[in-house]
Amino acid sequence: MTDAGSAVPILETHGLTMRFGGVVAVDNVDFSMAEGELRCLIGPNGAGKSTFFKCLTHQYKASAGRVRFRGADITGSHTYQIARRGIGIKTQVPSVFDGLSVHENIWVAARRHHGRREANRIVDGILERLRLDHLARRVVGQLAHGERQRVELGTVLTGEPELILLDEPTAGMTHEEVNQTTDLIREINKTTSLIVVEHDMQFIKAIAERVTVFHQGAILIEDTMANLERNQQVRDIYLGKQHAA
Amino acid sequence: MDTAALLIIEVLNGIASLALACAGLAIIFGMMRVINFAHGEFMMLGAYTTVVCTKTLGINIWISMLIISPIVVGIIGIIVERAFIRFFYGRMIDTLIATWGLSLLLIGIVTAIFGNIIEGVSAPMGSFEVGVYNVAQYRMVLIGIVILLFIGIFLVLTRTKLGLIARGTMQNPAQASVLGISTQRVYMVTFAVGAGLTGLAGGLLAPISQVIPTAGAAYVAQTFITVITGGTGAVTGTLVASGVFGTVRQLLSYEFTPVLGGVGLLIVAVVMLRLLPQGITGKIFRRSL
Amino acid sequence: MTTLGIDLRRWETWGTILVVAVMVVLLFAGPHIFDLFTLFKVTLFVAMSILALSMGFIWGYGGILCFGQSAFYGLGAYTYAIAVGNIGESTAPFLLAIVVPAAFAALLGYFMFYGRLSDVYLAVVTLAVTLILYNFMRSTAGEEYAIGAQRLMGFNGISSIQPINWPGDGNALLFPDDIFHLSMGCLILCYIGLKVLNRSHFGRVAVAIRENELRAELLGYDVRLHKLQTFTIGGAMAGLAGCLGVNFNSFVNPDVFALNFAAEIIMWTLIGGLGTLVGPMIGCIGLLMLKFEIGQQQITNTYLIFGGIIMVFVLAVPAGLLPTARQLAERFVPALRGDESGDVPREAAR
Repeated sequence: MTDAGSAVPILETHGLTMRFGGVVAVDNVDFSMAEGELRCLIGPNGAGKSTFFKCLTHQYKASAGRVRFRGADITGSHTYQIARRGIGIKTQVPSVFDGLSVHENIWVAARRHHGRREANRIVDGILERLRLDHLARRVVGQLAHGERQRVELGTVLTGEPELILLDEPTAGMTHEEVNQTTDLIREINKTTSLIVVEHDMQFIKAIAERVTVFHQGAILIEDTMANLERNQQVRDIYLGKQHAA
Repeated sequence: MDTAALLIIEVLNGIASLALACAGLAIIFGMMRVINFAHGEFMMLGAYTTVVCTKTLGINIWISMLIISPIVVGIIGIIVERAFIRFFYGRMIDTLIATWGLSLLLIGIVTAIFGNIIEGVSAPMGSFEVGVYNVAQYRMVLIGIVILLFIGIFLVLTRTKLGLIARGTMQNPAQASVLGISTQRVYMVTFAVGAGLTGLAGGLLAPISQVIPTAGAAYVAQTFITVITGGTGAVTGTLVASGVFGTVRQLLSYEFTPVLGGVGLLIVAVVMLRLLPQGITGKIFRRSL
Repeated sequence: MTTLGIDLRRWETWGTILVVAVMVVLLFAGPHIFDLFTLFKVTLFVAMSILALSMGFIWGYGGILCFGQSAFYGLGAYTYAIAVGNIGESTAPFLLAIVVPAAFAALLGYFMFYGRLSDVYLAVVTLAVTLILYNFMRSTAGEEYAIGAQRLMGFNGISSIQPINWPGDGNALLFPDDIFHLSMGCLILCYIGLKVLNRSHFGRVAVAIRENELRAELLGYDVRLHKLQTFTIGGAMAGLAGCLGVNFNSFVNPDVFALNFAAEIIMWTLIGGLGTLVGPMIGCIGLLMLKFEIGQQQITNTYLIFGGIIMVFVLAVPAGLLPTARQLAERFVPALRGDESGDVPREAAR
């Protein structure tokens, strides 16, 4: 899948920095990934992964640095404009329309891109793909965490984005759901580039090719999962601790 | 020259009275995030306390304003908090509507007792002359009292255990209760202090304003706007915002009419919130109180 | 499965049909069953119901808590009074009474929504604007305050406002019967219009934004613009209500901008039920009738009663009458339990 030789990276950042008062949450990050890639971001809590995501989509206004999507500078664009360009994001805490039904959640997402008839067709397809059809009429606020995760993923997929940012997609899911999500992410990656933030090492091993390690707001290292597992420095700050736990 | 001196006094006085009116709200809304729409009515209660004490009971006006008004309204604050407000913590919109109901109820009660007529007390002390103009000494004293008051609030919040506990609890109630602090009690005491300050403001402003049951309505919008524009740093933000708005309001009132002063205050506030969505302290003075 | 359209299996559809039917019957029967005094009163209720609808829409569906919805009502009323005082023929004033408040709402909304003011901040700013208008209008008693030939009259208010006439003929004034018909017709149109709007893409997105602004934005919706549009529609409707309201007794004074009136509109919505359209209308008519009763018994202390009502409701029936009644009905009559989704949101915007 990885197409390292591709001319323009789908996403790159130059010197991306986010300061909160005196704290530097994201520190001068140069990040780049190719079209079609599935990249995992790992790092201890507070390493700046979620903040990095929020800077990419302009939920936070970065203190410095630039973000390019397919070569176009999107640094100052509004969140909704970035979304329209084709970046989808699943947030850490599921961000869904709690008062609406599953069907309505996905319909609102689909209807932005398509006419009424087409939207209805797409919603049915997504519901089936995410195995949500039996929940279609339920109000999302009443669903279990894992189900809400899937609903959110559904709204993101509906926009057919070219790049999807997934912030801890398996959090709160049962073992069975994690396996299903693994398959789903592999399937999504056939047509879409993905960045995934995760803590579940088994899950990362199952899906990732290249992994970027964040530490104290900066990129520590970027390598394959197999190599990282042998890297003492990475084991010390993250994997070791995680394995011990 | 005299006009200039008078204008400076007017502006300082405008800033002081606005800051004074906002002090309690800076605690209750700025720190606790409780939208107390009955803020103006708390002031009105403070004013009535002073009027009743001085005119009916014949108590010295300074004692009425500085001691009795804050205590009475502080106690009312405790009652209201325990019986009503505490059910709404964390539900901003509900709090807003509930306290609005409270504000109407308080207006109703005071109207039933005192009638819908204008009361008032005359300002203590005489006046002095600035050129051809007469300026009440009380207005000058008021400026001094407000300065002392804000220094006091600042010191209590930063230098005392009580202030530290209150600030910590507001920032992270869960953590505070883990540390063995009774958050319920902290909320109650903080609310009472805020209410007391509001009562004090009502008392102190009574000699220079009309005391009627509906007097609170005039304050609620201005004070909320000031505290909101002040931003996250409740005390410093409120002071700075009072400085800006007090100046604008007083200058426009002097040049045109008080109504235009109010309009100007609002326009400046809306434009400032457009430019600084986090308020003054969110943007300019980070990490301040 | 259609997301839109009339689905006769849903009891909410029947509810809507029932409401429209009642209003249509009143439209035709009203002048025959009411005496003239009652007809005047009912006309006022109808105008106020349009105002209640506008509040129910922007707050219950759009999640925008505007404390100054009365400002748009008042602007509509004053715009009509001033324009008709100058022009003498009511067609243009009628339209202006809708356009001016809508434009004002759009301007105010631009500053608020593009400044990212939310909830409480928005409530306070809108309230402040209303009170400023109140103070301003009260101070315009002098002769220098006039727009064209029409003086603003300050706290005395503008009286003897010329009622609406048949379009094109400034002398063919509408009779009370006709004004009632006009008001009722407007109410029916507004109600149906909002029902359709709420089931449309626009309405769905409005509710989605109320539920979760961030998600809506991440899906590519421009939340600021959408809220601005919702708010402007609400302003236009409130302006229409104001225009019809002055026709009730040919009089308007600055009290339309007063705190009490602003509070009343919130109460209608809160008591009737947030997140419904009929609820605010029920709350509106109920409270207005109560107010007339109190007024007749010379108990002047409406503050006490209204304050108490708000406090009791927010403690005991926070969802409002209609949603609470529905919940009870669904609990005891399982057949009423339709599918879970619907254009009527369960959780209120709070």
